[in-house]
Amino acid sequence: MTQPSPKQHLGDQAFRWVTALSAAMVLLIVLGICVELFRNSALSLSRFGLDFLTSQQWNPAKEQYGAASSIYGTLVSTAIALIIAVPLSVVIALFLVEVAPPRLSKVVGQGIELLAAIPSIIYGMWGLFVLAPVLSKHVQPALAKAFGSLPLFQGPPMGIGMLTAGIIIALMILPFITAVMRDVFQMVPSVVKESAYGMGATTWEVTRQVTIPYGIHGLAGAVFLGLGRAIGETMAVTFVIGNKHHISASLFAPGNTISSSLANEFTEAAEPLYRSALVELGLVLFGLTFLLQIAAQLWLRRLKKKMAVTL
Amino acid sequence: MLKNPRYQIKALAVLVLAVASIGPLQSSCGKGKTPIRLSGAGASFPYPVYAQWAHRYHRLKGVRINYQSIGSGGGIAQIKAKTVDFGASDAPLKAKDLDAAGLIQFPMVMGGVVPVINVPGVSPGQLKLSAALVADIFGGNIKKWNDSAIAKLNPGLKLPAKAITVVHRADGSGTTWIFTNYLSKVSAAWNKKVGTGKAVGWPTGVGGKGNEGVASYVKRLTGAIGYVEYAYALKNKIPHVLLQNQAGQFVAPTIETFQAAAANADWSKAPGFYMVLTDQPGARSWPITGASFILMHKNQTHARKAKAMLKFFDWCYRYGGDTAKKLHYVPLPKAVVALVKKRWRSDLRAAGQPVWK
Repeated sequence: MTQPSPKQHLGDQAFRWVTALSAAMVLLIVLGICVELFRNSALSLSRFGLDFLTSQQWNPAKEQYGAASSIYGTLVSTAIALIIAVPLSVVIALFLVEVAPPRLSKVVGQGIELLAAIPSIIYGMWGLFVLAPVLSKHVQPALAKAFGSLPLFQGPPMGIGMLTAGIIIALMILPFITAVMRDVFQMVPSVVKESAYGMGATTWEVTRQVTIPYGIHGLAGAVFLGLGRAIGETMAVTFVIGNKHHISASLFAPGNTISSSLANEFTEAAEPLYRSALVELGLVLFGLTFLLQIAAQLWLRRLKKKMAVTL
Repeated sequence: MLKNPRYQIKALAVLVLAVASIGPLQSSCGKGKTPIRLSGAGASFPYPVYAQWAHRYHRLKGVRINYQSIGSGGGIAQIKAKTVDFGASDAPLKAKDLDAAGLIQFPMVMGGVVPVINVPGVSPGQLKLSAALVADIFGGNIKKWNDSAIAKLNPGLKLPAKAITVVHRADGSGTTWIFTNYLSKVSAAWNKKVGTGKAVGWPTGVGGKGNEGVASYVKRLTGAIGYVEYAYALKNKIPHVLLQNQAGQFVAPTIETFQAAAANADWSKAPGFYMVLTDQPGARSWPITGASFILMHKNQTHARKAKAMLKFFDWCYRYGGDTAKKLHYVPLPKAVVALVKKRWRSDLRAAGQPVWK
């Protein structure tokens, strides 16, 4: 082997610096956002303290600001979305990789990627004008009839509210989760799968005991990707959630999320305290995402340990 | 560099385009003065009419006015920071806030807010509501359409036993400010519990985004009542109600009743033009009328710019009325315009000299 020429060496070093700087930029931006959020919400932080997180009173006219209903709405709408979207994505991805003939798989796969490209305002309009009437006329009355004794499905079926928001978010994150899961399933080496088939395992057994455990890390990554999108989704949610600062047990009732409140109220917030409270909402969302990330990492580590035993 | 002939052609094309776009600019500069460009920002409610006026004025006089509808809150912040030449707000600023920021404000155009309903069997303009009833409905105290209090005012109407769904604005808006200001004036309970604001803690109901959001919710939900700007009620053909005004008369929302409210208001006694046209006296006055305001700095830095700005506003007052009416806005009464001009004369200065003579 010959010694690398000085020129090559220089290029190498430049490359290293460029990549390191780009990576540092990410950290700097995160830090910058954090500092700005704290700085601009100082007024509200000092005025309300921890009450901000527990109070659901939100009346700008009386200078009362509490984030509880927004936090609740963010968590619940995200949860509904994940409950619907994750199992559906797993099934679709499995169909595309394991069951469908390659040509069909390609067509459906492209359809899913197209879904991912639709702007969120279109989902919002569609949700308001198409999905909400269907939900209010057919789905919600049926749910109320079947599970009406539960507090979750009580109240007038307006077609606008937490449930509708959850469904819309589910539709929006579905293509992302599915696309990543499909890639994960495709990466499982066929040798491993074939040896399982060779032992006489059925498709379902191979899926459950080989494909899913093998790709668990990637699958969890897909779910987090969906979670990240769901928690911050703004426009589509604003259209269909009903925008009410109120915590209600019923999924039919209107609610709000942190990002929908910001989208609704930021432009007209002239008073310093109002603005500050809205920025603090942003800070809460920032913190919430951070906490969820950490929780997800911890959960994943435990899951991997458990899976390693069974594999 | 640029060895590839294809790139050379592209570069040439870019150069030609650049020169071509500079050309007309230079010819207009050639007359000695740089063209005046004015910038404004603020309320979204009057945006359609401001944009029309600016467009027509540019064609007539060559002065370019760029108005950004970023919301009243943004407009106030931007004029305070002097990043724009004028601001616009749907809710007037109090005189002491104006003085603190060195601003003056004056009304530019008016509009009305209209309660709209979706009640089976009730046509537009059939349902009569008193001020107390409106406050009780939006406050969540009256829950059914066949409530005896509503039935008593409307003996001829067959009201269904449907639940009332209140629809309000979800986003902060001048429309909400005007509407809640009205409710606060007519109901002490509302004033104490909820108050006046661009966004308030609504006791009941669902929130739609924008006028179009409220309009579509009301149209979709049977038994709904909401409030929208007059133009939206007309465009969407949603049934409106008749409201009882201060004089005890039931009036319909029309340009005439909005103007009656403005004419009956005593503007000369309003410091800093802090005047809200809700619940005004007069037999023909629509009780939920509001004006949209322009904000300017008292001490202008550029005399030429300040003068051009006032000339534009003067032109809007003089010749903009028809455009405004076509878009369902209400021009200001002449008496009010005279008061505004008096204020320009006394309060606006550039380098110590009055701008408007």
